[in-house]
Amino acid sequence: MHGIVDVTAQAAKTSEAPSGPLLEVRDLTVEFATRRGVVTAVSQVNLTLAKGETLGIVGESGSGKSVTSYTVMRILDRAGRIAEGSITFSGIDVAHAPESAMRDLRGREMSMIFQNPRAALNPIRTVGRQIGDVLLQHVQADARNVKEKVIDILKQVRIARPEERYHAYPFELSGGMCQRIVIALALACRPQLMIADEPTTGLDVTTQKAVMDLVTELTRERGMSTLLITHDLGLAAAYCDTVMVMEKGRVVETAPAERIFRDPQHPYTRKLMRATPRPGITLKDLLPEEPDVPPAPAENPLPLAGEGRVGAGASTMATVSGAGAVPLLKVENLLKEYPRQGAPSAFLSGLFGKKAPPEERIFRAVDGISFEVKKGESVGLVGESGCGKSTTSTIVMRLIDPTAGKITFDGEDISAIPAKDFAHHPLRGRIQMVFQDPTESLNPRYTAERAIADPLLRMGGMSGGAKLRARVAELAEMVGLPQNLLERFPHQLSGGQKARIGIARAIALDPDLVILDEPTAALDVSVQAVVLNLLEELKQRLGMSYLFVSHDLHVVGLLCDRVIVMRQGRIVEEGSSQQVLDAPKDAYTRELIAAIPHPPV
Amino acid sequence: MTLATADTPAPRGLAATLAHARYVISDNPVTGIAFGMFLVLVVCALLGPFIVPYDPLASDTAAALQAPSAAHWFGTDNLGRDIFSRVIVATRLDMAIAVFSVALVFAAGGIAGIASGFFGGWTDRIIGRISDTIMAFPLFVLAMGIVAALGNTVTNIVIATAIINFPLYVRVARSEAAIRRQAGFVQAARLTGNSEWRILLTTILPNIMPIMMVQMSLTMGYAILNAAGLSFIGLGVRPPTPEWGIMVAEGAAYIVSGEWWIALFPGLALMFAVFCFNLLGDGLRDIVDPQRRT
Amino acid sequence: MLKLIGSRLATAVPSLIGVVIVTFMLTRVLPGDTAAYFAGPAATAESIAEIRTKLGLDKPLPAQFVDYVSALAKGDLGSSLSTGQPVAAEISARLPASAELTLAGLVLALAIAVPFGIMAAVKQGSWVDHACRLITTAGVSLPVFFTGLLLVYVFYFKLGWAPAPLGRLDVFFSAPETVTGFYLIDSLIARDFETFRAALAQLAVPAITLAIFALAPIARMTRASMLSVLSSEFVRTARAAGLTDTTVIITYAFRNAMLPVVTTLGMVFSFLLGANVLVEKVFAWPGIGSYAVEALITSDYAPVQGFVLAMAILYVVLNLLIDIAYGIIDPRARSEA
Repeated sequence: MHGIVDVTAQAAKTSEAPSGPLLEVRDLTVEFATRRGVVTAVSQVNLTLAKGETLGIVGESGSGKSVTSYTVMRILDRAGRIAEGSITFSGIDVAHAPESAMRDLRGREMSMIFQNPRAALNPIRTVGRQIGDVLLQHVQADARNVKEKVIDILKQVRIARPEERYHAYPFELSGGMCQRIVIALALACRPQLMIADEPTTGLDVTTQKAVMDLVTELTRERGMSTLLITHDLGLAAAYCDTVMVMEKGRVVETAPAERIFRDPQHPYTRKLMRATPRPGITLKDLLPEEPDVPPAPAENPLPLAGEGRVGAGASTMATVSGAGAVPLLKVENLLKEYPRQGAPSAFLSGLFGKKAPPEERIFRAVDGISFEVKKGESVGLVGESGCGKSTTSTIVMRLIDPTAGKITFDGEDISAIPAKDFAHHPLRGRIQMVFQDPTESLNPRYTAERAIADPLLRMGGMSGGAKLRARVAELAEMVGLPQNLLERFPHQLSGGQKARIGIARAIALDPDLVILDEPTAALDVSVQAVVLNLLEELKQRLGMSYLFVSHDLHVVGLLCDRVIVMRQGRIVEEGSSQQVLDAPKDAYTRELIAAIPHPPV
Repeated sequence: MTLATADTPAPRGLAATLAHARYVISDNPVTGIAFGMFLVLVVCALLGPFIVPYDPLASDTAAALQAPSAAHWFGTDNLGRDIFSRVIVATRLDMAIAVFSVALVFAAGGIAGIASGFFGGWTDRIIGRISDTIMAFPLFVLAMGIVAALGNTVTNIVIATAIINFPLYVRVARSEAAIRRQAGFVQAARLTGNSEWRILLTTILPNIMPIMMVQMSLTMGYAILNAAGLSFIGLGVRPPTPEWGIMVAEGAAYIVSGEWWIALFPGLALMFAVFCFNLLGDGLRDIVDPQRRT
Repeated sequence: MLKLIGSRLATAVPSLIGVVIVTFMLTRVLPGDTAAYFAGPAATAESIAEIRTKLGLDKPLPAQFVDYVSALAKGDLGSSLSTGQPVAAEISARLPASAELTLAGLVLALAIAVPFGIMAAVKQGSWVDHACRLITTAGVSLPVFFTGLLLVYVFYFKLGWAPAPLGRLDVFFSAPETVTGFYLIDSLIARDFETFRAALAQLAVPAITLAIFALAPIARMTRASMLSVLSSEFVRTARAAGLTDTTVIITYAFRNAMLPVVTTLGMVFSFLLGANVLVEKVFAWPGIGSYAVEALITSDYAPVQGFVLAMAILYVVLNLLIDIAYGIIDPRARSEA
């Protein structure tokens, strides 16, 4: 056993059966009482976790993976209950153990790290004291040596200057640092089992790798077992011994990590595996073998009604990317500065969630960048949060004004037109955007039909009637949105369907340039695969150019001809997708690529 | 032609809203009860003078200070006036004060708040400064000051009540508009060539409306309390006009000698009205909450 | 910490300036003749003209404002028409009575509402929770003057437990020597326990009236913010780390939940200071509220104006204290300063 752990009744029990698994879940069914009756969240789940083993539970949203892990800790909220089955953790019947016994287990024998590290910490208590609370609770320290022990733990999770950070509040630390604190909390009492619930979602890819490497190292060192809950099959395969795939509350497949990519058995696993972006594949490879949802271009040969601006000729030309093509968008020495927070109007500062380190008065979000997008070309703009990619795209979109620099669109200088006047400019319809969060980008009071019709009514010269209806129906068909969903409101549609509406709205005016702002970041991987293919197909068909803003180099590589890598407002590398992904020149790009989890293929 | 008229929710949406309202009421009977109470208030306000048994102003000294009986359900006051009749007839005046002041502040505060949240900058600073200044006073005290200064009339009670509620409306409308100012669907509306004012009116306003309606219902109760409080201390409504606040004031002197009914019934009427609007506000909140719709 | 207080003080200054401007405007930018207001209803044309000159109302508005502010700076709020007494003296003499009543009401309300709201949130769906929701909705619907009268009827007329609702102290007692102006504290200082009991008996019913009024918004906010904090992720983390319920609820949830409650206190004070006027009238409490009400009835304007200004300044100061309390609880507010 581990040195510090007290020899308690439970520990004694464990040692009676040294060969048994640490955690065993049999036929677990969890139900939730909701307003619409009882909903089964998890059904007949079996899992076994040996000592020192790392098990990945993979599934898309609603698969029941988080519920399973919460049930193991017995921290389900009030509405949930174990309807059937058993959970045995080192000989203890978790389903029936008294609450006091569970409390002793939590934190000391089993612990958990969470998705959003900043929210997982008490905002008004110093991190040192929060870790200290756990140590004191489980009698791992007393009032005299608690600070010393906490600092020791902070050192173990590689927090620099731990004495200072002991007194820090969560809001004073970065996201990655907060996640280290959460890990420190979870490891403070050297538990036997650690459950990591999407521990890296929302973190930048380089931070993500650092956090995962740290977790792996610390848990291995201590001989701990780990349950890794994730939506990312690649991450699970890279860090786990065994991977369990869940779909709609059921386990569809459990297999060793090295086998799950090589030889997936269940059709859902195959679909999930194929949809995971990885090196050396094409967009088509993301889709399941048997194409089901998206209408392939071949089934849809009708030319675009009416609009002659983009002909078949243009779209064939568009596919010939690169050399000799005319620049559609030219950005020169673009600069955007913001005043730092703490300026006179503290009254207004609450409106913007700006996080500005208080070094100077002025913060340069975009620091003099230049690039081009040619006709029919897809350019990826990649970087981690705060690199200035979204600011750049919003300026190019002409929603905000740059501080300096020139933007030429199709030969016309559009940076001279103030953002607020651009709404009425004839060029407005030719630059469109697909937003990051499909839910948030749809007016909750508009039906799908009305949302798609909006640009046509405002800028397409249409005013209702049969022609508008026909155009909306045509657009819906192009994006693969079933006609019977057009009457629905956003809250009645799925994420993928909402994404399609967003795309239909963006292409309604036959734009020349579409800016894709992380269009798939909020979607499950299988939906992402379909949406990426749809975007590619539409581009081929309509001859548009894309400026694809993303944090994910792999996804960008799949869709884009060229990639621009940004860091701290500057461009660090630019080149063809293949060149940047296969032979990155800049150290930062290399770091980005290395940070993407590499499943053992 | 759902498309051309679709700025307002399509009929399907309206039907769905009604269905949802029905569902909420059946699911939450309290809202149903509140709605019933509201109907009672409306009937009393509209038909009050026609349905009461006695003239609310006619005094009958022979019948003064009678306890509730079959003839006088709520008893009589020191001048022998029938309290039941006075309480019912007073509904119209009390409701009118509340309705007009809420309508006034809804228009002024709502627009100011939305503009403030949506445009930001100087608009926001000026409107913010005005509401901060109002908020720097204890609100009822400010209302007293305003009525005393503008003159002791019912109209000025309406104005004072509207003014003290102004910051509340500004705050709600401002924060709702500010949240949505950078929302994806507002950005999308900009991309489709909508001007800022058009976005404000067709995109922001309809989305904020439900929350403002809840706010209206909740402040109705507060407006009634405020107006009654002002007339209780002798501002605004003059005797012998039947009004709940002043009637409680008239009954206050008799409480210590045990004639409880003079103050009790108008007080209960006040409570009934305020309670009704508070319940209704809570219920409306559930109805307009899209998260709870199916 | 000093920085926090400094920045909060800086934000209070514009509020104070606004308050002074508004109270000035309330008397000068009136429809009709201001001098006539000040002269009272029975004044002749000459006396109105005399008052106009005396008050400086024949000067241009900015000059009048300067006069007003310089008089304010000297603590001069004018004189009452009916008594001839300076308003400032009268208000400062009566302020302790109002303050004692308001504070007693607030402390009582907090002592009941906060634990009640916490219990309702912790045991969500239990009878405590249902009771809490019923009481908070009913509580905000109660006209405070009406509650006061009901309590007088029950506790004075029916049960005879409370003394007659006539002021701070029964006529047979003499007020304790003034130290703080609060009878409860002063009588204890004077070791006069009889007077203490008598003062407490007079204070009890009006204070309970105010407490019932303030209870609802505090309990409602405590419950709501406690519920939201209890379902937050850091509480889940604390639970997952095996901390006991007591630690989770007190150390983790409660302190966070208090932040919105402290903010709500500003609103509660606003209501309380207003309700205070009504309660003082019901209980013939000799505070500044009843002073203002008496002046209002006789159209004696200077006391009303002085009262509005005094209340506003008091309220600005209270808000300042609330802001500072917030900063003490929340490190984020401290670092913003």
